[in-house]
Amino acid sequence: PAGEKKPGEKAPGEKKPGRKKPTGEKKPAEQKPIQKAVGEKKKKIKKHHASRNPVLARGIGRYSRSAMYARKALYKRKYTAPETKIEKKKKEKPRATITKPVGGDKNGGTRVVKIRKMPRYYPTEDVPRKLLSHGKKPFSQHKRRLRASITPGTVLILLTGRHRGKRVVFLKQLATGLLLVTGPLAINRVPLRRAHQKFVIATSTKVDISGVKIPKHLTDAYFKKKRLRKPKHQEGEIFDTEKEKYEITEQRKTDQKAVDSQVLAQIKKVPQLRGYLRSTFGLSNGVYPHKLVF
Amino acid sequence: VFKRFVEIGRVAFISFGPHAGKLVAIVDVIDQNRALVDGPCSGVRRQAMPFKCMQLTDFVLKFPHSARQKCVRLAWEKENINEKWAATRWAKKIEAREKKAKMTDFDRYKVMKAKKM
Repeated sequence: PAGEKKPGEKAPGEKKPGRKKPTGEKKPAEQKPIQKAVGEKKKKIKKHHASRNPVLARGIGRYSRSAMYARKALYKRKYTAPETKIEKKKKEKPRATITKPVGGDKNGGTRVVKIRKMPRYYPTEDVPRKLLSHGKKPFSQHKRRLRASITPGTVLILLTGRHRGKRVVFLKQLATGLLLVTGPLAINRVPLRRAHQKFVIATSTKVDISGVKIPKHLTDAYFKKKRLRKPKHQEGEIFDTEKEKYEITEQRKTDQKAVDSQVLAQIKKVPQLRGYLRSTFGLSNGVYPHKLVF
Repeated sequence: VFKRFVEIGRVAFISFGPHAGKLVAIVDVIDQNRALVDGPCSGVRRQAMPFKCMQLTDFVLKFPHSARQKCVRLAWEKENINEKWAATRWAKKIEAREKKAKMTDFDRYKVMKAKKM
């Protein structure tokens, strides 16, 4: 409103006969209102208008929403917030088409090709939308737990498998949660092997393997059973060629030696431990597992 | 026929209850079933205790009936009951039983090997 008053002021100012000032003095006169206006804008103290909507009763105004819109002149007071970086990024549309070179003679060397094409097939029955679920993770992302009684170097008693009853040294827990365990091989013929936590009794006997370095390539993939596939569709002979006999690879032998040499050195330090690991666990008359302290 | 009697100063072993396994001295007899008992050197407060949970030992202390705890303690320490008790076969058997129950798998193996020798 201050800005609008400026030309209004000047026009009547010039027109009024009462103003005897010559043009020369109009300039300072012009400058003054300009300076005043500028000064007002710089201070930014704009007096807010009182409510244009008189109150009839509490909560009830004289004018409706649309009448107020017109009265407050909101049609010429539309502001937008400045565009943020995120909004700018959202506006940036990805490329829709790409020009590709085309071979051949007299072809016009390029074609404009759509990047995202329309589907070439619509199924007759649509798959219904699945309901949202949360917390359903694939096995690879599950939380692995380890019993507090099982720490690196603990002597475990295997309860299942071909090595049942044997006492074995625990090395580490692998990524799938299975326990990496070794006999050592020279003591009880148990190689570097995986064992399941649930099928194992943890004894309170510990071997100090803090200095033992376990090679990094001993992972679940290393121990996973290999199955041959791709029979060449020759009936009869397929059942023979699939791995019957398990062969110990050279890598397994070297890894076994590398780990066992370190572990055996630690076992020899404890008296009678070697004989203990060589023996097997068994129950006899009068021996009750719930009464035993392991 | 009977060699150990309930008397003032008799040291008893508590067989069951909250103070199982501790030694106390009989300070006074309350009635047919209960005694006033005190174990200053074994962590038992002066209290009434039924005879049923007490097992009499061979030790007798000398103090008058209803003597206060200080006197009981003095008599106990003068006779060195704690050491005498630990030297008895009874206490040794109890200790052996406890150790056997705490044996770990490795200990059991060692015992088996030792027995074979």
